[in-house]
Amino acid sequence: MDFFGITPSVLIASLIVASVPILMAAIGELVVERAGVLNLGVEGMMIMGAICGFITAVETGSPVLGFLGGAAGGAALSLIFGFLTQYLLANQVATGLALTLFGLGLSSLIGQSYVGIKPPPTQPVPLGPLADIPFIGRVVFSHDWMVYASLAAVAGVWAFLRYSRAGLILRAVGESHDAAHALGYKVVRIRLLAIVFGGALAGLGGAYVSLVRVPQWTDGITAGAGWIALAIVVFASWRPWRVLLGAWLFGGISVLQLNLQAAGARIPVEYLSMSPYLITILVLVIMSSGRGRAALNAPAALGQNFHASR
Amino acid sequence: MKRRTLLATAALGLGLAFGGAAQAQGMDKAKACFVYVGPIGDLGWSYQHHQGALAVKEAYGDKVEIAWQESVPEGADAERVLTQMALSGCNIIFTTSFGYMDATNAVAAKFPDVKFEHATGYKREHPNVAIYNARFYEGRAIQGHIAGKMTKSNKIGYIGSFPIPEVIMGINAYYLHAKKVNPNVELTVVWAYTWFDPAKEADAAKAMIEQGVDVIASHTDSTAPLAEAAKTNGAVIGFGQASDMADYKPSPRVSSIIDNWAPYYVKRVGQVLDGTWESTDTWAGINEGEVEIGEITEAVPADVKAEAEAMRDAIAAGTYHPFTGPINKQDGSAWLADGVTAPDGDLLGMTFYVEGITAEIPQ
Repeated sequence: MDFFGITPSVLIASLIVASVPILMAAIGELVVERAGVLNLGVEGMMIMGAICGFITAVETGSPVLGFLGGAAGGAALSLIFGFLTQYLLANQVATGLALTLFGLGLSSLIGQSYVGIKPPPTQPVPLGPLADIPFIGRVVFSHDWMVYASLAAVAGVWAFLRYSRAGLILRAVGESHDAAHALGYKVVRIRLLAIVFGGALAGLGGAYVSLVRVPQWTDGITAGAGWIALAIVVFASWRPWRVLLGAWLFGGISVLQLNLQAAGARIPVEYLSMSPYLITILVLVIMSSGRGRAALNAPAALGQNFHASR
Repeated sequence: MKRRTLLATAALGLGLAFGGAAQAQGMDKAKACFVYVGPIGDLGWSYQHHQGALAVKEAYGDKVEIAWQESVPEGADAERVLTQMALSGCNIIFTTSFGYMDATNAVAAKFPDVKFEHATGYKREHPNVAIYNARFYEGRAIQGHIAGKMTKSNKIGYIGSFPIPEVIMGINAYYLHAKKVNPNVELTVVWAYTWFDPAKEADAAKAMIEQGVDVIASHTDSTAPLAEAAKTNGAVIGFGQASDMADYKPSPRVSSIIDNWAPYYVKRVGQVLDGTWESTDTWAGINEGEVEIGEITEAVPADVKAEAEAMRDAIAAGTYHPFTGPINKQDGSAWLADGVTAPDGDLLGMTFYVEGITAEIPQ
C-alpha cells in the first residue's frame, strides 16, 4: 500500500533514523532542565560530540568507541558550562549561548585535518529472520544499535524520573533548590551530574550525525539540530515520552516533506516544513496562557542559580 | 543606531576626502574582503570562493590584505556585516551568495568609494557595484549527458537549494541533455530550502534513492549527498558540486563542476590596485576557465566519457550552446525556435521548466 508513491514502512524507518540525533540531545536536555538548569549550549555540545566521535572512530577504526568518544566530547564541553554556572554562578542563558559559539569554533579547529575522510561504517544490528517480517521487520528490526539505544535512553530516563529515589531528588532540586538544600541534598553536585549526562547525550546525538547520518566531517555539520532539540523539550512539556513524540514529529516532517517531493506529490512542502515550529509556538502560547497542568509542568527553579548562602 | 549612522557618515567623509585622489592613480595597498554564506570547510561553494581569496593573496603578496567572514546569513545580518567591513577599511568586498543582493546594493549606496562585487545576482543599482557569475549550466549539460547514459532505472534526481533562476537553469540544462540521449528519463527534483545543511541534504538524497533514483546531481554546498550515495556501493552515482569533491572518486563522484573564481578575483583586485576598476557584469563559463569540469572517472564507460569531453570542448570553443532550440516550455508553448540559442536575459530570469519535466516550481 503506497501513499503518493511513498512506501509507509520505508518512510517510518527513515523517520526513526532521522530523529535519533535530536532525540538523544533532547532527552539529555530534559534531564538537565528537570534539575533546574537551562543549558542553551546543546548545539555546541552536539557538534563537539560530532567531531570527537568522528576522530575517535577514524583513529581507532571502531564506531562503538567513536560514539563513546562523542559522548566524552559533549560531556567535556558541558563541564565548562557546569563549572561556570554552578561554581562561578554565571548567567545560564548567556553561558549556554557562548558554549554554542565556542563549540562551533573549536570543532572547526580540531576537525580541520579530518575533512574528506570516511569513518568506519556502523552496520544494522543483525536480527536475522525478524528483519524479514513484512512491514514490522523494515520499521522495527532493521536499524543500527544507536537507534535502539536512543529508545532505551527515553525509557530509562522516564523510569528514572518516575520511579527511582534519585529521580525524585533530581526533580526536587529542579523544583526548589532551597528546599532540596535544606533537606541535605547536594544541589550543585546533582546539577553537575545532570549537566554532564545532558552533555554526553548531546555528544552521542552529534556523533550519530557525523558517523551514521552523514558519514563524514564538515564544518557546522549539525546545522541547528541542537536548537530543535531545545524546542522539543519545551514542546514535550518536560516529559520523556512526549520528547520521543516530538522528535518523531520534527524529524518525521522533515523526512516526509523530502519524500513527498521525491515522489512528485503536488503538496506545498513549505507549509509542512513550517508546521513543527508552528506547533511549538502554539504549545508555548497554550502553556503560558493556561493555568492548566501544562503550565505547571516547567521546573520551578529552571534557569535560577543556587548558592548555599542565600 | 545613531552612532552607526554617525560612523558611516564619518567614514563617508573620509572616503570622499582621500578616496577621490586614490581613485585616479590607483593605490599601493588594498584590502579585499569576502563574505561567505557557509563555512570555508564545506568543501563546496564557500570553499571555492575562499580558494579564490587565497589566490589573490598569493598573487599580490604584501600589497593586498584579505579578510573574510564565514556563515553569514542572507538577510538583515548581511547588511550589518557589510557595513562593518566597509568601515574597517575594505577597498573591495565580494559578496558570494545570491541572497546578499539587496544588502550589497543598500550598503554600496552608503560607501561610494568601496567597490562591491556581488556573485550570481542581477542588481547593479550603484556605480560601485559589479556583478559576476559563472555559466554553471554548461557543466550541468555535461552532467545531464552522463546521467542520461548512466541511469539504469531511468530516474535521475536533482537536489535544489532555492527555486531561483540560477538553480532552475541548472535543472533545465541537466534534464534537456539527459533526455537527448535517453528519451525515457524521468527527473525528480527535491528542494532542500537551504544552501548548507549536511543532514538535510543527505536525507534528500536518501529520499530520492528510495524512489529508485540512481543518478543524483546536487545544487547545495556540502558533500553529504555524495556520502549518502556512497552507502549504496556504487549503485547510485553523483557529481561534485562547486568543488571537485575528489574524496568520493571514482564512485559515487563520477565528475564534477569546479567553480574557479581565482582568475576573476585576481583580475578585479588588480584593477582596484591600478585604479582601472569599473562596474561590470561578468558571466564567464568553461571557455574562460571559470567553470571547470572535474575528471570523469573510470566508473563512466569510455565512449560516454569521450562524448562528454567532446561536449565540453564544443562549449568551450563556442560551437555549441546548451540551450539550443527547438525547446518548449513545460506548458508546451514555444521558447526557442529551431537552431536559436537562448539569450542571456532569458536564462538569468528563468522561472520555468522545459517541456518534459513533470515537477512544478514552488511559488
